[in-house]
Amino acid sequence: MIKSAFSKQTLRMVSTTHFGSKTVPVDQKAKLVGHVFSSVASKYDLMNDIMSLGIHRLWKDHFINKLDPGMRPGANEPLNFLDVAGGSGDIAFGILDYAKTKFGDTQSTMDVVDINPDMLKEGERRALDQGRYFEDPRVRFMVQDGEQLEAIESNSKDVYTVSFGIRNFTNIQRGLETAHRVLKPGGIFYCLEFSKIENPLMDMAYQQWAKALPVFGSIIANDYDSYQYLVESIERFPDQETFKSMIQDAGFQAAGYESLSSGICAIHWGIKA
Amino acid sequence: MTVKTVSCRGSNMIRMNFVQPNRRLVLAAALTATLAELIGGRQAFMANAMENGDLHNKNIDYKAEKEERVLRRINNLKNTRPMTPNYEGHIPLYTTEKALLFAISGLRSFFHPENGLNIVQLGEATAWPIFLESMKRTMLSDPTGRRILRDRPNVTTQQLDMDHLAEYPKGSFGYQFYTWCKRENVSPDTRAPVSYIDDPLHAYIFKRYRQCHDFYHALNDMPIVIEGEITVKALEAANMGVPMATLGAVLAPLRLKPIQRERLYQTYLPWAVRTGLTCKPLINVYWEEVLSMDCNELRKELGIALPPDLRNMRAERKAKIHDLNLKYKKLKEESHDL
Repeated sequence: MIKSAFSKQTLRMVSTTHFGSKTVPVDQKAKLVGHVFSSVASKYDLMNDIMSLGIHRLWKDHFINKLDPGMRPGANEPLNFLDVAGGSGDIAFGILDYAKTKFGDTQSTMDVVDINPDMLKEGERRALDQGRYFEDPRVRFMVQDGEQLEAIESNSKDVYTVSFGIRNFTNIQRGLETAHRVLKPGGIFYCLEFSKIENPLMDMAYQQWAKALPVFGSIIANDYDSYQYLVESIERFPDQETFKSMIQDAGFQAAGYESLSSGICAIHWGIKA
Repeated sequence: MTVKTVSCRGSNMIRMNFVQPNRRLVLAAALTATLAELIGGRQAFMANAMENGDLHNKNIDYKAEKEERVLRRINNLKNTRPMTPNYEGHIPLYTTEKALLFAISGLRSFFHPENGLNIVQLGEATAWPIFLESMKRTMLSDPTGRRILRDRPNVTTQQLDMDHLAEYPKGSFGYQFYTWCKRENVSPDTRAPVSYIDDPLHAYIFKRYRQCHDFYHALNDMPIVIEGEITVKALEAANMGVPMATLGAVLAPLRLKPIQRERLYQTYLPWAVRTGLTCKPLINVYWEEVLSMDCNELRKELGIALPPDLRNMRAERKAKIHDLNLKYKKLKEESHDL
C-alpha cells in the first residue's frame, strides 16, 4: 500500500457519464446497462406493464399507426426498416404486421438490432412462438451497438425506429448521428421515449409512483436495482424541446415531436435531407 | 334527457326531448370559470411574469435551472429509503412495505411453494428481530457459535466442490453430503442473498441459517420431496424457533394427500419436534469443519437419532400398490377368460 503511494503511477483522468444517479466511467456504462437488461430480459413485458400500467401497448400502437409504414401498392422498391434497441421485437413485428395488413406489403425488410444478446434472444423466441418472422429472409436479428451500427451500411435505411431505447445510450448525440448516417436521404428517424410531463398534477402523481416503483419491483420481481435505474434514467433524459434540438443538431430536417399522455412519453421525428 | 316514442299515423317516430338545464347553475359555472381564468389562468400568469421582468429575462440561466431541476428530482428518487443501506445488497423497507412483503410473499408461497423465490422472501419477511436476537444469543453462548460469528464463513460452491467431497472417507459427513446430493440429484447452489433485514449481524445470521438448510437435509438423510422439506422445516422450527419454518410446518401439511399427512403426523413431525427440542442448536455447528468427521459420531454428539428412511417408506408403499394393481389385473383377466 505504501509502496504504491510512492510509485510513479500517474492518475488517469477518466471521463465519466451518468448511470441513473451514479457517476461511472464512460466505458463502464454500456456494461452496467447491459446487466440491467440481461436481468429483466425474460420479464421485460411484465416490467413494462408494471411501469406503465399496461398503457405502453397503446403508446406503441399509436407510434406505429402514426408512422403508417409499408410499401405502397404500385411502388417499385420495398422499404428497409431498422429497429434499434428493439430486442423484444414488439415494434419490429408490429410494423411488419401493419404493412402487411394495410398495404399487403410482404417484401419490406426489417433489421432488428440490440446491444444486448439476451433481449435479442427474447425477440427471436417471440418470433418462433408466434410462427411469423422466425428464420425469415426479410427479418435479421443482429447484436449491434446503437452508437456504431457497424454492420449497417450508410444511406441504406428508409425508416429508423427506436422505442424506449435511446435513453440507455451512453452518448445520445452520437446515436443520433449514427441514425443520420444509416438513413437514406429522405429517410425518417422516428423515436418513442419517456419525456417531461407537462401537467403538474400528473407530474406529482408520477413522482410518487416513481418512488414506489423500485420497492414493487423488488417485492414482485426481486429486482430493486433495475427499476431504480429505470426511473433515474427517465429523469435524466432531456425534455421534448431539448431532444428536438439534438435531433436538428445531428443534421435532421423537419424535426418535431408529439407528447403522449400529457408528456409521459413523446414521439420525436426527423427527416434526413 | 328523455326519449319519447311517438306513434304517428303509419310511422313510428322517436323524438328526443331535452330537459331544460337549470339556467342559474350554468351561469354560475360560466362566471366562475371566467373569473378563475382571469385571476389564475395562463395569460394572467404570463402577464405577472412580464411585470416582474421574468418573462424575457436574459439573465436567467435556463440551462443551469434545468440541470438543477433534474438533479433535484433525481435526489428525490434516491432518498426514498428509511435509512442508508447497512450492508451490500441491503434494501431498507418501511413498516408498511414490510407488511406488504409479508402479505404478497405469504400468498405466493402458499400457492406456489415450489418457487424458491417466494420462500426466500417469506423467510425474510418473517425474520423478526425478536427471533434473530434469540438466535444471536444462542450463537454467542456457545464457543463454536462465537467462532462462526467472528469468522463469518460463507458456504460457496468452491468449498463444496463435488469432486472434492467424493474423496472424503466413506463414513464421513462430507461423503454423506456428497451421496445425498447425488441421490437427490441436486447441487449445493449458493442460496439467495439477504436483502430486507436491517441489522447486518442479523442479516449474516439469517444468511448462515439459509445456507445450512441443505446440511440439515443431508445429516438426517431427508429427501427433497415435500414431506422431507416439511420435516426439516419442523426440525428447524423446534430447534431454532424460525418463524417461517413454524408457519410452513403447520400450514403446509394441509395441502398434502391423506397418506402423506398420516406419515408426517405419525412419524416424521413427532420425530422432528422431539429431535429439535433435545438436540444441540444446529446453528452452532461449524459445518465446514465437520465435513471430515464421522457421520454417526457427529449425530451422537449433536443428539440426533435417524428417523425411518422416508425414501424407502415411499418406495415400499409404491411397490405394494404396484403389486396390488398387478394382482387385480391378473384376476380380471382370469375372470374374463372364464
